[in-house]
Order: sequence, then C-alpha cells, then structure tokens
Amino acid sequence: MNAIVEELLAGEKRQTGTADMMLQLAEWAAASYAHYDRAAVDRITKAAADAAFALAGPLAEAAVKETGFGVAEHKKIKNEICSRGIYEAYKSEDFCSKRVIAEQKIVEVPRAAGIVFALTPSTNPVCTVFFKILLALMTRNAIIVSPHPYAKKCSAEGVLAMAKAAEQAGAPAGIIQIITEPNLPLINYVMQSPRVSVILATGGTPMVRAAYSSGNPAIGVGPGNAPAFVDASADLNVAAKRIIGSKSFDNSILCTNESVVVAEEAIADKLLQAMAKTGAYVAKPDEVDNIREYLFGLGSFNVEVVGKSATEIASRIGIKVPSSTKVILTPIDRVGIDEALSKEKLCPVLGFVRVPHVHSGISTSRALIRMSGAGHSAAIHSSNPANILRFASAVKALRVVVNAPCSQGAAGFGTHLAPSFTIGTGYFGRSSVGENIGPKHLVNWTRIAYSDEANEAFGDFSGLETWNGQAPLPIGREAPMTIGRLQEGAERADQSLFAQVGGDAVADEIALMREEIRRIVLEELRAAFRK
Amino acid sequence: MANPDNAEMLEAQSPEKKEFIRKSIEFWNPGKTQFWQDAGVDLVIDRREGYFLHDMDGRRLIDVHLNGGTYNIGHRHPELVEVLNRGTQRFDMGNHHFPALGRTALAEKLAKSCGGDLHYTIYGSGGGEAIDIAIKTARHAKQKKKIVSIIKAYHGHTGLAVAAGADRFSKLFLSEKPDEFINVPFNDLNAMEDALKAKDVAAVIMETIPATYGFPMPLPGYLTEVKKLCERYDALYIADEVQTGLMRTGEMWGYQRYGIQPDIVVIGKGISGGMYPIACVVVREPYAGWLKQDGFGHMATMGGAELGCLVAMKTLEILERPQMKPMVNYISELMASGLAEIMKLYSDFFVGIRQCGVVLGLEFDYPEGAKPVMKHLYENGVWAIFSTLDPRVLQFKPGVLMTAPLCEELLERVERSIGLARAECKGSGKRRYAA
Ligand SMILES: Cc1ncc(COP(=O)(O)O)c(C=O)c1O
Repeated sequence: MNAIVEELLAGEKRQTGTADMMLQLAEWAAASYAHYDRAAVDRITKAAADAAFALAGPLAEAAVKETGFGVAEHKKIKNEICSRGIYEAYKSEDFCSKRVIAEQKIVEVPRAAGIVFALTPSTNPVCTVFFKILLALMTRNAIIVSPHPYAKKCSAEGVLAMAKAAEQAGAPAGIIQIITEPNLPLINYVMQSPRVSVILATGGTPMVRAAYSSGNPAIGVGPGNAPAFVDASADLNVAAKRIIGSKSFDNSILCTNESVVVAEEAIADKLLQAMAKTGAYVAKPDEVDNIREYLFGLGSFNVEVVGKSATEIASRIGIKVPSSTKVILTPIDRVGIDEALSKEKLCPVLGFVRVPHVHSGISTSRALIRMSGAGHSAAIHSSNPANILRFASAVKALRVVVNAPCSQGAAGFGTHLAPSFTIGTGYFGRSSVGENIGPKHLVNWTRIAYSDEANEAFGDFSGLETWNGQAPLPIGREAPMTIGRLQEGAERADQSLFAQVGGDAVADEIALMREEIRRIVLEELRAAFRK
Repeated sequence: MANPDNAEMLEAQSPEKKEFIRKSIEFWNPGKTQFWQDAGVDLVIDRREGYFLHDMDGRRLIDVHLNGGTYNIGHRHPELVEVLNRGTQRFDMGNHHFPALGRTALAEKLAKSCGGDLHYTIYGSGGGEAIDIAIKTARHAKQKKKIVSIIKAYHGHTGLAVAAGADRFSKLFLSEKPDEFINVPFNDLNAMEDALKAKDVAAVIMETIPATYGFPMPLPGYLTEVKKLCERYDALYIADEVQTGLMRTGEMWGYQRYGIQPDIVVIGKGISGGMYPIACVVVREPYAGWLKQDGFGHMATMGGAELGCLVAMKTLEILERPQMKPMVNYISELMASGLAEIMKLYSDFFVGIRQCGVVLGLEFDYPEGAKPVMKHLYENGVWAIFSTLDPRVLQFKPGVLMTAPLCEELLERVERSIGLARAECKGSGKRRYAA
C-alpha cells in the first residue's frame, strides 16, 4: 500500500472502532460464560492459572527487562502466588452456584458483572495481569486488560497465554482480551463505554481518578505510604529482619511497602543496629541530603529509581555502600510536607524517624498517611495489644499488619488477609472498596426473597440447577452450517455432516470423520443421479 | 387499487407518507411501489444507522435484509463515514485511464485476501457489471463462449449477468440467450458434468450459496466436485461472492468455507460498505491475459471509483480484525440455537433452517409462506425479505457486527412474528398472499 492511501485510512476512529469490536466480542463471551457451571468454570480457571504459572519465571525476567523495575527472582515469586496461589486460595469458594438460606427464605443467585476492564501497572505488571484475569474467570466474567504502556509486551504475553489456555479448556472465545497498544484517549474511550461493567484500576492516581470519573462502576486503588511503627515492646531483631526483607522485596515496588520506620526513642538505636546487621545502610546526614535531592529534587518522585536496587541507587548518587546492602536507611527529623523523604518511595530507600513515646508514634504515623496513602496500609511491630488497637484505630489505614513484612503481609501473603495485588483503599482513599480486592467484588447476587409470613411456605430448591435444559450456548468457535428440509436433496444429506464441533481437541477427529462421511455421501449422490 | 387486507396499515400512514408513495408510483416505479403496498410493507426508509432502519413515519426496524449483505457491517459504519470524509479532502472518483493510488492499493489487498494466485482486480461499479467482466474475462481466457450457471441463479441484470440468471428476468427484456447460457439444477453433479462434457464451456458461474433462490445449501462436497469438473473439462470456475463474501459464512470468502479456490471471484454489495458503489473481479494470473494484450479492452468511468476503493479497503480492514471471526461465530451460533427453539414452537409451519454462518434461509411449509412472515416481522420491527425465486423461504441475514443484546431482541421479535404468521396461515381466517 502507498503512504497517501494509508494516511487517508488512518483516521481516529480506527482505534475506537477496534476497541468497540473488542468490547462487542467480550459482551458475547460474557453472556455465554455467565451460564457456565461451577465445574466448567473451575476447569477453565485452573487451566489459565497453570498456563500463567508455567510462565512465572520467564515473564518475571521479561518484565524486569521491559520496565527496568524490580527483581526478577521476586517477581517470579509474585507471579507464582498470583497464578497457582490465587487459584488455590479460592478454589473451594463457589461463585457460580445458588445459595439457599432456608431459615430466611432466601435464595441467592450469582450474577457475573459482565465485562471487567482491568488497568494494570508497570510496577507489578505480570502478577497483576494474572491476578485480575483469574478473578474474572472464577466469577464468570469477560476481561479486557489494558496494560501500562511500559509493560505492554510482557503483559500481552501473559494475557495471550492465559486466553489460549482458557479457551482450550472450553471458555467462550474472546473471554480474555488485551489492548496491545494502549494510549490515553483509547483507555478513556473504553473506560467510558457503556459496555464495561466494572473497571479494576491499579496504577497512578490520575488514572484511578479517571476510572472513577468515567461514569462506570470502578474499583480503584490509591497510592500507599505505609508507616512501620516499632514500639518498645517489639522483638527488635525479628522486626528489623521483617522490615528489611519487606522493603527490599522486589526493590520495594509494591504499594504496600514500608515508607518510614517510626521508632520509639528508647529502642531506636538498637533497632538501627539490628537493621544495619540485616542489610541496611544507614546514610550519613550529607548523604541523606543527596538522596533527598536525587529522589525528589525534580519536585516529584524520580521515576528513574523506581524498583532499582539499593546498591544501584547508591552508586548513582555516589555513595559508597557495602555490596550486601539491601536497603538505604535515611534518618529524618520529622515527617510532613517539609520532609520529602516522608513521601511514598517505590525503591529501597526507607525513612527513619524517632519519636519519644507511643502517643507521638501514632500521631507521626497519622501525619505520614495525611500526605498520601490514606486508606492503604500500615505496619506495627509490637507485643502490646493495647498499643496495636490504638494505632490501628487512629491511623487512617484499612489494613494494619502486625509483626510481619508489610509489603507482603498487607497483600495477604504471610497474613490471613485476602491475597491480592489490588488493595482497596476505601472511603479514606476515595475508593469504593476498603478491603483487598478478591473475586467476590466481581459478582452480584440476585436475592430471591419470600414473604416472611409464617403461612407462606419456602420453596424446595434442592437439586435444581439454574440452566438445566438450556439451548446450546454460543461459544464463538464455528459458524454453523445446516441444510433445511424443503431444499431438494435435503433428505439425502446427513445433517450430522453439518453438526457443530466442540472444543479444539475434538476438532481434528471430527473433521476427519466428517471428511470420510462427506466422501461416502458424495459417492451415493453421484450414484443416485446416474440411475 | 389498495389491498383491503391492509386497511390498518393505510390508516396508520401519515399524510406525508401517503403523498410520498403516490409520487413514487407517479415518478419512480409504479409496479415495485405498489407491490410493497399490497404485501403490507409500506416501508419508506429515512434515517439509518447500525442495523436500524427508521421509516419516514418514525418506526424503527432491525435490518436483517441488509440489501443482500450490502450493509453487512451496518448502515453508515462510523469508520466508513470517517474514511469517506477524509477521502473527499483529497480524492474524487479518479480517472480510470491512469494508474491510480486507490485502485492499486485495493487490488493489492484483495490479491492477499483472496488467496492462491488470485491476483489482478478489475473494477466495476455494481455486481452485475462485475459479473459481465468476469464472463468476458473467462471467454477471453478460454476462447470459448458457453457459460454454465444454476437454474434460478441470480447474478444481476446487466447484459451477460441477466442472461446467466433465471429467465424470470431475462425473458422480460428479450435478453435470454439459451444457446450460450446453459442452466443446470443446483446440487446435481451429473447435470453439471453433462453440461461440461463437450469441453465447449468457458466457465461455470456459481453463487456460492444461491441467494435469491432462498439459500439452498451446497451439499457436502458439491462445490469441490464442481471445481474438479471444471478442471477436467477445461472450464473456469467463477465464484459469485456478491452475497457470500466478506465474512458472512464465517470465512472472509464463502468459497474458503467450502474449501475451494476459484479462478475468478466476483465481489460486490458489502465491499462498498453501502457507502460508495464499487464492485470487484479478482482473477487468477493465468486467466487475466487481456489485461496484458489490451489493457483498454474493458473500461468503465466509474469502475473502481477511488473513494469507493478507500471505503472498500476500510471495510476489509474491519473484517480482517481478529475479533471478527469469533463474533460471526457467536452470532450464527446464537441464531442456530435460537431459531431451533422457535422452530420447536411452530414446527408445523416453520420447518427448516438453511444456514451457513449469517447466511440464513428460513423455510415455511406453506405456499409463499415467507411473505406473511415478512409482513408480520415488518409489523414487529424487523425487516427481512422473502426469496423472489422460492417464496417459501425467508432470507434472513444478520450483520456480522450485531451485538449480543440486539441478537437477543431480534430472536424475541422473530418468535412473536412467526407465531402470528402461523396463526394467520394455519389458523382460522386464512389469507392468501400473491406475488
Ligand atoms: C449473488 C448476486 N450476484 C450479483 C448481483 C448483482 O449485483 P448488483 O445489483 O450490484 O448489480 C446480486 C444482487 O442482488 C447478487 O445477489
């Protein structure tokens, strides 16, 4: 084709038109998938989870290569957790079958949302993709993934592998799709589409706010800025190990990572020593100034350091640190807008502030979250339940992790919170959900409610299956061919020749069989005419 | 003059519509205009968008006639409107004597799309003209005159096309040429072989699924065998893909669905997107000799108008997107199962479904049964047309971009309408429908 013609064909509607087709296809897939039973849904979810799991390592490396963020080894762990881990975590839960609550004369029927539009970040690209797709699959939704442009290649690879596995396991065609060339106008267009049922937005604040402004239901997550309060009752060596392990995990790229350690004065020195022993480098005052300048000198957080290792950051600034350094500790005098280092830092630089007592520890922690991270996460290291309760009730965080690494613990790994890479920040954080996002957020329930009058008997729903006897579901595999009855020759042709083919697995066999039947019929046909 | 059965329809008409219909009879086409009034279909199409037609009196109809697939991707598809607007900023129809950017670009795209060594594209502005080009090309290539086609075939109304089709349309104009144009029954391989045996036939021309005949389906193996017979007896195979092309069978071209590779392919209707007239003939390299011998041999000022080329390229682009194929599968799968359910309800009337993708013929076991169904559909907000050459069959042609909710609405309306038509035909107070 020549450039002039191509230019004429390249109108703005090319990408919105394509997006409409994706949405339309997703709509078909969702309508069909909503009728699948629990066993089929489980099979499909498992197949997709297995396909994702198999790619956990390669895509961890691909993500680091593509984005420059994080640690492949840690990303692999997250990818594994978000594939098989998520499947295992929810496999005993049923989002597909009715629930009968006889004593209330209520039956609850699960209703899938429809189309989930998933925005996924550059920081945790692959695991978030895995996570959201599995949530959508187990709740019988279609999903369209819009990856962060920085991570579009590794994200697409994961999406396509899961889509293929799901469809091979019997999912309707187009149940999982991806926008391979994301850009802002396109994302806005899709977000505002009336076909989208719910937006699952993980990413920067402007994107999350745009999701909420789209006019569609949205579950967005805000930024974090977790305080880690260590009171005098804490086991300091264990606390130090947990904090450093958490802060260095995937180079601190999770939004649940600790931002500033708030230490009670009485134990502050000992805590510093303990942290230094487990891989923290305690920066000297002039080094702290340089770090502050490097991280925040441009006014906002320097994206170049996102997910970089402590040693790399140190060398960029020109600070000599031991090669075993995992975290750079920056002692600061206060938290607030006049101390940039008390803001969220998606890199292994950790603030350290001393407070005279618990009361001050709590108000300092509140101050941190006043700047950013409302509704997100906080950690406390303490053996004093009264302190823990006071802290959790005062600090505006909707998950408070106790004696655990915050990065993982707030995301439900190593705690009993729901495992999630999408952290609801609730009303504090201008979000619609305040807990870790899970499958239950993607399904509504129709409630069949009987009269509460005693003489109105509740029906017997046992043994009833919702979709028994339904017409075959369209699954987008093959356009049917049939001949009618009034057509000449119809009686000679075997209708089964035109029968629909099921999954790909059986396709070959059936095609062969059909070919054979076709040949026989043809011979008969010709013979009949010759007579 | 008016059919007394249609008193209600007449009563509902606005004065403006009455006046318009009068003028249509006076100035345009009295026979055709009156036919529709008598059939109870007083449709005057005003606004159109997507798969909706709006009658000038304001009623909305779901279009499953699509003018034979012309509106395959919907009326006034926004991307086609855009490309046409952009095109007019720079192009017009062009000058057909010169190498042209649009024509060549579309030809290149078609060569890729049609597969095999289908290579050159020759342009017309309508299907009939394209059929004429195809027949002329075959005659030149084979240096033989005879053309074999199917009884009740429909290839358009230009000189050669009308001669190749059912005599219903050629006789009227004294244009039948029985010694040059031989008709054989569809799905009859022996008749085909008999017609070809003498090796004096230039080409067999085949609608992949004969539309105006009510979409009888090629029996398994029929088309491949016809193609083989063509090879054996030195005739070309011309595929008339005017109605079966452009994803309507689930593949881009209907012949691909049936596993054959024609020598010449004729493309019309939908390739224009319903926005700018254009039709195409794609010819295999070995049979396009006249293009080299005398490139001016066939000409048409408006053939392959360049604005039409742009629209056609956009239409192909849309149809080639990966979402398209599963979408056609969904639509046709839902139609198959939804119509089968309806057939169960009215099994003594609605007796059969002919289907290949979104190419569908619905069979009614009643003389001219498709006509009352058409009328009740019309009254219930759906526009589908009976088959002129087999009026027991309703042509039912959903578009390839129909949405799931619209398909559901369509099936609901079809169920209601077939029920009403059945009551009328089979129940008390039978009425007769005449052509
Ligand atoms: C199969 C087929 N071929 C050819 C034609 C002729 O096309 P046109 O009306 O554009 O001349 C038609 C039109 O209905 C058709 O259905």
